[in-house]
Amino acid sequence: MIAERWLNMGVLLAFLAIPLWALAVDEPFTITLATRAAILALAAVGLNIALGIGGLVSLGHAAFFGLGGYAMGILGFHAQSFTALELGPLTIEGTKSMPVIWAVAVVVSALAAWVIGLLSLRTTGVYFIMITLAFGQMFFYFAISWGAYGGEDGLSIYVRNGFPGLNTLVPIQFFGLVFGILCLALALQARLRLSPFGLALNAARQSPARVEAIGLNPMRLKLVAFVLSGAITGLAGALFADLNRFVSPTMFSWQLSGELIILIIIGGVGRLMGPVIGAALFVALEHWLGGLTDFWHVWLGVVLLGIVLFARGGVVGLLTGKAGPHV
Amino acid sequence: MTTLLIIEQVLNGLQFGVMLFLMAAGLTLIFGVMGLINLAHGSLYMVGAFAAAWVAGATGSFLLALGAALAAAAVAGVLVEMLVIRRLYRAAHLDQVLATFALILIFSEGTRWVFGSFPLFLDIPDALSGPVSLPGGIQYPLYRLTLIGIGLVVALFLWWLTARTRIGIQIRAGENDREMIAALGVDISKLYTLVFALGAALAGLAGALVGAIQSVQVGMGEPVLILAFVVIVIGGIGSIRGAFIGAILVGLTDTLGGIFLPELFKLFMEPGAATQTGSALASMSVYILMSAVLIWRPTGLFGARA
Amino acid sequence: MSDAVLATFGLNKAFGALKATDDVSIDLKPGEIHAVIGPNGAGKSTLIAQISGALAPDSGRVTLLGQDITGLSTAERAQAGLGRTFQVSALAMEDTVLENALLGATGALSRAGRLFASLGRDTELQERAAAALQRVGLSDVAGTRCADLSHGQRRQLEVAVALTLRPKAFLMDEPMAGLGADGSKRMTGFLDGLRSEAPILLVEHDMDAVFSLADRISVLVYGKVIATGSVDDIRRSPEVRDAYLGESA
Repeated sequence: MIAERWLNMGVLLAFLAIPLWALAVDEPFTITLATRAAILALAAVGLNIALGIGGLVSLGHAAFFGLGGYAMGILGFHAQSFTALELGPLTIEGTKSMPVIWAVAVVVSALAAWVIGLLSLRTTGVYFIMITLAFGQMFFYFAISWGAYGGEDGLSIYVRNGFPGLNTLVPIQFFGLVFGILCLALALQARLRLSPFGLALNAARQSPARVEAIGLNPMRLKLVAFVLSGAITGLAGALFADLNRFVSPTMFSWQLSGELIILIIIGGVGRLMGPVIGAALFVALEHWLGGLTDFWHVWLGVVLLGIVLFARGGVVGLLTGKAGPHV
Repeated sequence: MTTLLIIEQVLNGLQFGVMLFLMAAGLTLIFGVMGLINLAHGSLYMVGAFAAAWVAGATGSFLLALGAALAAAAVAGVLVEMLVIRRLYRAAHLDQVLATFALILIFSEGTRWVFGSFPLFLDIPDALSGPVSLPGGIQYPLYRLTLIGIGLVVALFLWWLTARTRIGIQIRAGENDREMIAALGVDISKLYTLVFALGAALAGLAGALVGAIQSVQVGMGEPVLILAFVVIVIGGIGSIRGAFIGAILVGLTDTLGGIFLPELFKLFMEPGAATQTGSALASMSVYILMSAVLIWRPTGLFGARA
Repeated sequence: MSDAVLATFGLNKAFGALKATDDVSIDLKPGEIHAVIGPNGAGKSTLIAQISGALAPDSGRVTLLGQDITGLSTAERAQAGLGRTFQVSALAMEDTVLENALLGATGALSRAGRLFASLGRDTELQERAAAALQRVGLSDVAGTRCADLSHGQRRQLEVAVALTLRPKAFLMDEPMAGLGADGSKRMTGFLDGLRSEAPILLVEHDMDAVFSLADRISVLVYGKVIATGSVDDIRRSPEVRDAYLGESA
C-alpha cells in the first residue's frame, strides 16, 4: 500500500512528465490530450468539493461548465466581431484576454451556483440529484434555443485568447497555464479540507444534526461549498472552450455532468487526487479504446460497473488501501 | 389562435403526457418499492422501440411488434435486474446513479453495434392511420388518439393492480417495510424482479408506441428518461397517482408552452424577439415547473415527507 | 422561576388527535440535575425536540437564561448556550475522536467561516478540543476513528463534544443508553461532577442513575407532567406508582 501523499506527488509529476516527453519527441497531439485531461480534472476538482466533502450529488454541474464556456464564447465572439454586448444600460466590450475571461467565468458561475444552491439545498437525496439535473437542463435548452450565439450549432472562436507573456497557441505553453491553475485549485482544496470550514462541511455530510447542535447551519456550509465548487467548474469551462476554440450547448448536457461524476468515482470520491487520476484515465481510455473500436463506450460502461460494484473508493482507495468517505 | 387549435394542442399534450406516464410509472414503482434510481430506464424504452421496429420490419404485423417490444424490454429488464441492479438495492444513490449510467453506455453503444447509427422506422398500422373526426369538427390523428386511450387503460390497470390485487398489497407493503413483507412469507427478491420486469415492459411499450411517430434510434431514450424523472419528482417519488398527474402536467406544459409562450410574448414585445424569448422559455418550461414544485414542496406533490 | 437557567412554559404539541406534549412547564435551576422520566411513549422525545429546536411547539415558550428562545433555530440555541447530547450517537463516524471534538470547538468559537485557515495551527481550537477530551478521559484515543470506538466511548465523546461548547445548560438525551453497569456507573460519576459547571436536564431510562443523580425529578405521562419533586417525593408518589405499574391513575 502507498501513502496517499506519495501517490499524490507521483500523479502530479507524471502529469507534468507526459507532455514534456511529448514535447521532446514532437507529439503535439499528446500535449493536447494532456491539456484536455487537466481541464476535465479541474472541473471535477470543483465538483469534488461539493460531492466528496459536502456529499452533494449534483447531476447539474454541466451548468457551471457551460456558463464558463459561454463566458469565454460570448466575450470572444464580441471581440472578434468588434461589436459590444448590450445588456440594457450596460455595454460590455468583448475581450481576448484570458484573465478577464476567467474572472467573468468565475463570477458568473459562482452567482449561478449561489442561486441554484439556495433553491436546490431545500431538498435532499434523490430530489437534490434531480433538481440539479433540472437546472442543468434549463441551461442546456436555453442555449439551444437562443439563436444569438449560435444556438444548437455553437459558436467558434477563431484564435485562442491570450495570456500576458505567453503564446497560448503553443500547446505546451497552454498546457503549462492549465496545469498551473489545476495545481492552484488542488492546493486550495487541500487547504480547505484541513480548515475549520472543511471539518464542519465534512461533518455536515455525515451528521447534519450534530453540526446544528454545535451551533452551525449545515445548509449555509453546503451553500458555500456549492458556490466554490461551481466557480471552479466554471473556470474549467472557460479553459475547455479555449482549448477547443468552440462552445456549444453540449457543454451544458447532462451527460457531461454524469461524466464529471464518473471521473471522480474512477479516481476516488473525496480524495484530493481522485479527479486528477480519474480524468487522466478517462482521457487515456477514451483515446486508446476509441482508437481500437468505435464502440468504446461499451467498455467504459463495463469498467465503470466494475468499479461501482467491486472497487469502491476508486483508484486512490485501491492503491492506498483506505476506504473513502461515504456519499 | 382558434379554439380548434387549442383543443388539438391539448390533445397532443395529453398524448405526450400519457406516454411519459408509461415511462414514469415504472420508474416510480422501482424507486418506491426498491429505493433504486434507474437511469437505464430510457435504455429499456429504446430496447422496446428497436424490438418493435425489427419485428415489424420482418413480419409486417404491428401487434406482433408490440408484443415483441413488451417481451424484449421485460427480458432485458429481468437480465439487468438479476445481473446488476440486485447488488445496488442497499447501495448509496451515488452508486446507483453511476452503475445505471454505465448501463446506459453499454445499452446505447451495444445497440449501435448491432443496428448501426442510422434510424429505423416503424410505420403506423393501416387500421390506425389517418385522421378521425371528433365532435366539433376537429380532425385528429386516430393513432395519437389511440395512444391516449392505451395510456389511460394502463393507468387504470396500474391503479387496479396496486389497489386491488394481492401483488399490489405486497408491493405497497414492500414500500413500507422490507422485513414485514419477508415475514409474511413473500419471496422478496422474486417480487423485486417482477416489479422491475413490469416497469421495463411499460417502458418498452412506450418506446414501441412512440417509435411509430418518431424515428427509432440510439439515444432516443435519454430525453424521455429525463422528462420521466421530472414527472416522478413533480408527482412525488413512489406515487403512481403522482406520476400520472405529473405526467399530464409535464405533457401539457411542454406542448402548450411551445405554442403559447411565443404568442404571449408577442403581446408586449416585437415579434422576432418574442418568438425567440418565447421558444427559449418554452423549452425550459418543464424544468421551471419542476423547480417551482420542489421549492414549494421539497418531496413533490404526493411524496412522503422526508 | 426567574433564577431558572432553562425553562419551558406551557408547551403544547399535538400530532393529529394525539397530544404528545400537554401544557408542560419545567425548569432547570443553577447547579442541579433535573431528570425527566416517563414510560415509553410518554412524549420525552417530542419534549426534547421542542427544547432543542428541532420541532416547533403549537404553543408555549422555551427560555434560556431568561431569554425567549422559542423562535430560534437549533444552531442559534446552541450558540445561545444550550449543549445537547443525542440518544443515538450523532457523531461524524468517519472522523477521528479529536476531529469530532474540534468540530464542537469550531462551532463554539465561530470558526466555520475560515475557509482556508489551518485547523492544526489554531491553538485556541486545539486546546478547547483537547481539554474536553481530557475531561471525559478520551485523550488516549484522540487519533482513533469514531467508527472504531466502543459504544461506551462514543457516549463519552457525545458528552465531550457538548463540553467544547461550554454551555450554560446541558440537555442530555439518555446518556446511559446501551451502557453496561460499569459504564453507567462511570458516566454517573462524571455527570455528578458536571452539574456545578452547568445544570443538566437529563432525560433518562436508567432509574438507578436517575435516583442517584437527580436533585429533582419530573414524571411525564401521556405528554403531561404528573409530578415534580425530590427523589423521595417521587418514590412515594402514588400517581407515579400507578403510571409505572399500569394501574388506572
